[in-house]
Amino acid sequence: MLDDKDRIFKNLYGQGDWGLEGARKRGAWDNTKAILDKGREVIVNEVKASGLRGRGGAGFPTGVKWSFMPKAVGDRPHYLVVNADESEPGTCKDREIMRNDPHLLVEGCLIAGRAMDCRSGYIYVRGEFIRERERLQAAVDQAYEAKLIGKDNIHGYDFDLYVHHGAGAYICGEEMALLESLEGKKGQPRLKPPFPANMGLYGCPTTVNNVESIAVVPDIMRRGATWFAGIGRPNNTGTKLFCISGHVERPCTVEEAMGIPVRELIDTHCGGVRGGWGNLLAIIPGGSSMPVIPAHQCDELKMDFDGCAALKSSLGTAAVIVMDKSTDIIRAFARIAYFYKHESCGQCTPCREGMGWMWRVLTRMADGRAQKREIDMLFDVTKQIEGHTICAFGDGAAWPVQGLIRHFRPEIERRIDEYTRNADRHAVRVAAE
Amino acid sequence: MANRRLAPPDQQPKEFSFTAENAAWAKQQIAKYPAGRQQSAIIPLLWRAQEQNGGWLPEAAIRVVSEMLGMAHIRALEVATFYTMFLLEPCGKKAHIQVCGTTPCVLRGAEAILDVCKKRIHHDPGHVSADGDFSWEEVECLGACVNAPMVLIWNDTYEDLTAESFEKVLDEFAAGRKPKPGPQIDRQLSAPVGGATTLKSVKA
Repeated sequence: MLDDKDRIFKNLYGQGDWGLEGARKRGAWDNTKAILDKGREVIVNEVKASGLRGRGGAGFPTGVKWSFMPKAVGDRPHYLVVNADESEPGTCKDREIMRNDPHLLVEGCLIAGRAMDCRSGYIYVRGEFIRERERLQAAVDQAYEAKLIGKDNIHGYDFDLYVHHGAGAYICGEEMALLESLEGKKGQPRLKPPFPANMGLYGCPTTVNNVESIAVVPDIMRRGATWFAGIGRPNNTGTKLFCISGHVERPCTVEEAMGIPVRELIDTHCGGVRGGWGNLLAIIPGGSSMPVIPAHQCDELKMDFDGCAALKSSLGTAAVIVMDKSTDIIRAFARIAYFYKHESCGQCTPCREGMGWMWRVLTRMADGRAQKREIDMLFDVTKQIEGHTICAFGDGAAWPVQGLIRHFRPEIERRIDEYTRNADRHAVRVAAE
Repeated sequence: MANRRLAPPDQQPKEFSFTAENAAWAKQQIAKYPAGRQQSAIIPLLWRAQEQNGGWLPEAAIRVVSEMLGMAHIRALEVATFYTMFLLEPCGKKAHIQVCGTTPCVLRGAEAILDVCKKRIHHDPGHVSADGDFSWEEVECLGACVNAPMVLIWNDTYEDLTAESFEKVLDEFAAGRKPKPGPQIDRQLSAPVGGATTLKSVKA
């Protein structure tokens, strides 16, 4: 288990003071000027060396992303945008950062802003996180009051930070949709290229980062890249917030080292799977967009980017959804398909039409009211959606269905057989009467 | 995609205007964005208009906000209909309940919560109860999956629910009181039930 001294989120459960004083006691805002004075190159290189990969799902190296920003500020200002539109089913980690340790994020924004010559930053909080947004705004206000950020602050680097919010659209967690939404439009993703580092918010160079990616930066700068890189495995470094939900004895959010075996994670922090490890049916390792992993593969599952990829899934947001043997797995995935149907922005035809189609077919399959050839047809349709849309939403909706068919095809077939058998029995009885 | 329409004309108030306090607040919001980019403030402004109007967003308010921001009316309508947290039809006066019905919550029993809503408020979502006090809808993931099942009522979440504890929450709203938000069982936010397994050596 990760040692408490290596934990970054020391107020994860809100047991202490969330405010400036409490944050200072936990080590935040300690000589931040020294970090900023190192300058742009040093900060970016340190974050690169730490091996930090984006915590929002895609896992792109954060330092590398920062280095894409123009080297000098031209006539267009640079913007930092923080993606706090945490909406992936199963994921509730950024919520804890914003409500219990918001100063980590505020300080991280200042440092990230310095690393990319941004003079202003926007934090886009999902609409449903109302109290979290209020708490974050309060922390920003405290930081302004203490002259930690804003014009003429004590750090000698002018930086304005604003809290913005959405109003219930999952798609706004996609960075281009988020920028559209922040500009006051419908959240429909823009085509890339141009990439945000070149043409982002208001047509200016912009970097969009996840809350957790930004909130760990102050600790990386203070304790050094080697400390962070020393946790986890090569290419999968650092600590990570895991949210374990579903059929475990005690669901929780916890900070652990990357690469922790999923069984250790569940047994140590959640009191095990409901009914014991033998009662496990499957795990979704990284939020609902990621392919499911069946129980027999979970023994070897290590919770990091490479560990999940080895089993044809992905770490995503590290939101572990656990399902025991009582789960109606087809119905569970039909509900996930409904989620994507509801949240598709409607811009690209394969996604807009495909989501509803997949949901309807899966709903029938959950009852067994389907033909076996439709299983292949469904798989084929997911392949026609994947990679044929402007943003990755289509991929994220296709993968869980592909995972379901890959691992639970016998269950789908069994249910179709059962429905057919029952239908026959019913027909015979009716005929006999 | 969700198909969303404005409330029928007979339910729409003729006019809407921000209170003086809200108008001043709106000005501050607009100032957060660069000059000429005031359109960025549309979601916060519509949101405030919805709050002022008792929890739902009338057509008149959309028009007022679009004029404040110098936007074409249709652009504001697009935003109001795209984002599902804008309620376009009247909701319950005492509580509008948003039940998370996505898979992680269903795994922990969200269907029992939905049943309570169906029994107690109205069989169908989006309808106001007979006494006008309550309404409900099933929404997509609200982001409190380790505290499932849960609901959002106005600005607060009520987590770790059972059918019984959810009924109690509703009783409180019915009596005009505000129940304590957060987990409805003995639990520190998102820590495991029975106490955190980590951070024991960290002084609060």
